[in-house]
Amino acid sequence: MLRIVVCIKQVPETQEVRLDPVTHTLKREGIAAIINPFDLYALEEGLRVKDAHGGTVTLLTMGPPQAEAALREALGFGADAAVLLSDQAFAGADTWATALTLARAIKKLGGADLIFCGKQAIDGDTAQVGPMLATILTMPYVAWARKLTWSEDGNLTVERLLDHGYDAVETSLPALVTVVKEINDPRVPSFKAKLKAKKEAIPVWGLADLNLSAREVGLSGSFTQVVKVFPPPARGTPEIWTGAPEELAARLWRRLKEQSQAQL
Amino acid sequence: MDYLLTEEQQMLQDLARQIAHERIKPIRAQLDEEEIFPWDVLADLAQADLCGTVIPEAYGGLELGCLENCLVLEALAEGCVGVATTYAASFLGAYPLLLYGTDAQKHRYLPPLARGEALAAFALTEPQAGSDAGAIQATAVKDGDFYVLNGAKQWITNAGEAEFYTVIALTDRSKGVRGASALMVEKNDPGISFGKKEKKMGIRASVTREVILEDCRIPADRLLGKPGLGFIITMKTLDLARPGAGALAVGLAQSAMDEAAAFAKERHQFGAPIFSFQAVQHLLANMATQIEAARALVYAVARHIDSKPKDYSKQGAMAKLFATDMAMQVTVDAVQVMGGHGYMREYPVEKMMRDAKILQIFEGTNQIMRNIIGLALNKEYSKKK
Ligand SMILES: Cc1cc2nc3c(=O)[nH]c(=O)nc-3n(C[C@H](O)[C@H](O)[C@H](O)COP(=O)(O)OP(=O)(O)OC[C@H]3O[C@@H](n4cnc5c(N)ncnc54)[C@H](O)[C@@H]3O)c2cc1C
Repeated sequence: MLRIVVCIKQVPETQEVRLDPVTHTLKREGIAAIINPFDLYALEEGLRVKDAHGGTVTLLTMGPPQAEAALREALGFGADAAVLLSDQAFAGADTWATALTLARAIKKLGGADLIFCGKQAIDGDTAQVGPMLATILTMPYVAWARKLTWSEDGNLTVERLLDHGYDAVETSLPALVTVVKEINDPRVPSFKAKLKAKKEAIPVWGLADLNLSAREVGLSGSFTQVVKVFPPPARGTPEIWTGAPEELAARLWRRLKEQSQAQL
Repeated sequence: MDYLLTEEQQMLQDLARQIAHERIKPIRAQLDEEEIFPWDVLADLAQADLCGTVIPEAYGGLELGCLENCLVLEALAEGCVGVATTYAASFLGAYPLLLYGTDAQKHRYLPPLARGEALAAFALTEPQAGSDAGAIQATAVKDGDFYVLNGAKQWITNAGEAEFYTVIALTDRSKGVRGASALMVEKNDPGISFGKKEKKMGIRASVTREVILEDCRIPADRLLGKPGLGFIITMKTLDLARPGAGALAVGLAQSAMDEAAAFAKERHQFGAPIFSFQAVQHLLANMATQIEAARALVYAVARHIDSKPKDYSKQGAMAKLFATDMAMQVTVDAVQVMGGHGYMREYPVEKMMRDAKILQIFEGTNQIMRNIIGLALNKEYSKKK
């Protein structure tokens, strides 16, 4: 029986994120929330492993009380259980404090054989929580997984999507895997699972439940603090050319030649 | 408008709508253009538990009613009526079983349908028997513990793809219509074969083929109800299905309306969005009003059916008639609002207009709907005096 844990995050739907001027963390009030898109692929992979090998899929998220909605939505795809980690003290957590909180929750669950995360969350874009979580739990991790295959001895071979191709890494379990969108095509929710999810009691674990002190979590448990957030400087002024392909190619050629001469 | 749907009904419709928008819309033009049977979408519908909406829980379904079925069909038709017809036709094949099947028959056929592992089809129409269904010639002759079927069923939706066929055939030729019976034929039975895929104007993701029965020998326990009930079973099946055809029309028309209205906001002529012209607004206003009226009627009839009245032929026919005539008009007008763009295959309303037409023809033409309503009125007013 594989104990599979899928970590998901509720993120703001909009691309125009607003920031808290004091903490420089994301302001979530009044913005529609969705499940981090990459996490849906992590969930699908968890469900596929369960379908093929048996086991249980438990969802885990740390977030404000509203994050329960993300768990219920995710349960609608057929996960077995969900736990919400929510406490005033968790607010403002950086990737480390988040990973530590998740790690304690996984310990409280009795451990996990396989943990899936999305490769990164579309709000913070750090891609750190998965690897940090594995590190705290002292288990191997493989990031950017685009394909899993099982060897006969129960090891997992993971194809990692890289900039120019992929490589394959073998790992024993327990392990943590972060996934890219190429890994699967997530299923649609099931009506029966949605009905069940609506009524499911979702436990909420706080500081005390996880045996953590306020110093270790949230903003005070964070090693990093955001000091400034700014849009990256625009790279020059883009030009848009229109015209016949031959004409455009010739024009581009002239421009490139001019530029390379200028550099010489 | 708030139709006072329960939370569960709302969830069901949202789920179907999610599938329509995420899984059907992106591929509908390709399904239409290349006439691809939508197995992938059917797999999604199965995963979503939507293949068992009207099937009892005892056989693996959700045991929901006519209204829920209509809500799902409406939502799917917002994506593609070809796909939605494929899905709906399977229920058409299953209604005779639901209405008249024995427990053993239901156990054999309903669970695979509910799981979405198999499709069903309803085979009534023949070359000489369209609106005049009483003119069917296919026969099912008793031979010991078997029936032997002969005949040809024309234009059968899902034929060749479905595993199970509810076939209406004469078990007693001397009795005419009263000699018709409904029998379950399976795709692997000896003596059943299928004609070529018909080339259609619209709903091209759905398949329509001939079902050919040549000394097709099936166990006698495949008969539904009693010998001679075939025609009653047919009428009850169609009565139950017709609000669904209306729901397809509502979803289709809404989708055409949405396309046309969005286009009218974007398209500028004479220095203004064409939405600002009163002539265009009036078209859109009529479309919106007609759609809402049809939706209200379809839901009302579905709720009426769910209250289990003895007879609802008239109401079922009204829902189908009004909503499908509406969808034809609305899709034609949607093309008009969009002008030349609407006529181009690059935009979806062209397909919608082609798809709308079938809704006025199958499951009884709209002329036949008026006949049914007329007949019922004649009875009602004779009684009243
Ligand atoms: C795409 C498609 C899918 C189909 N799927 C199925 C299926 O799954 N199963 C199945 O059994 N059948 C199916 N059919 C058949 C369909 O139900 C018939 O086409 C329909 O009932 C009409 O019959 P007909 O085409 O022979 O038209 P006809 O009966 O020849 O009618 C021609 C015209 O005459 C009118 N007319 C006929 N009789 C009268 C009357 N008494 N009063 C007034 N007007 C009348 C009709 O309204 C129509 O306008 C399908 C047809 C199509 C095109």
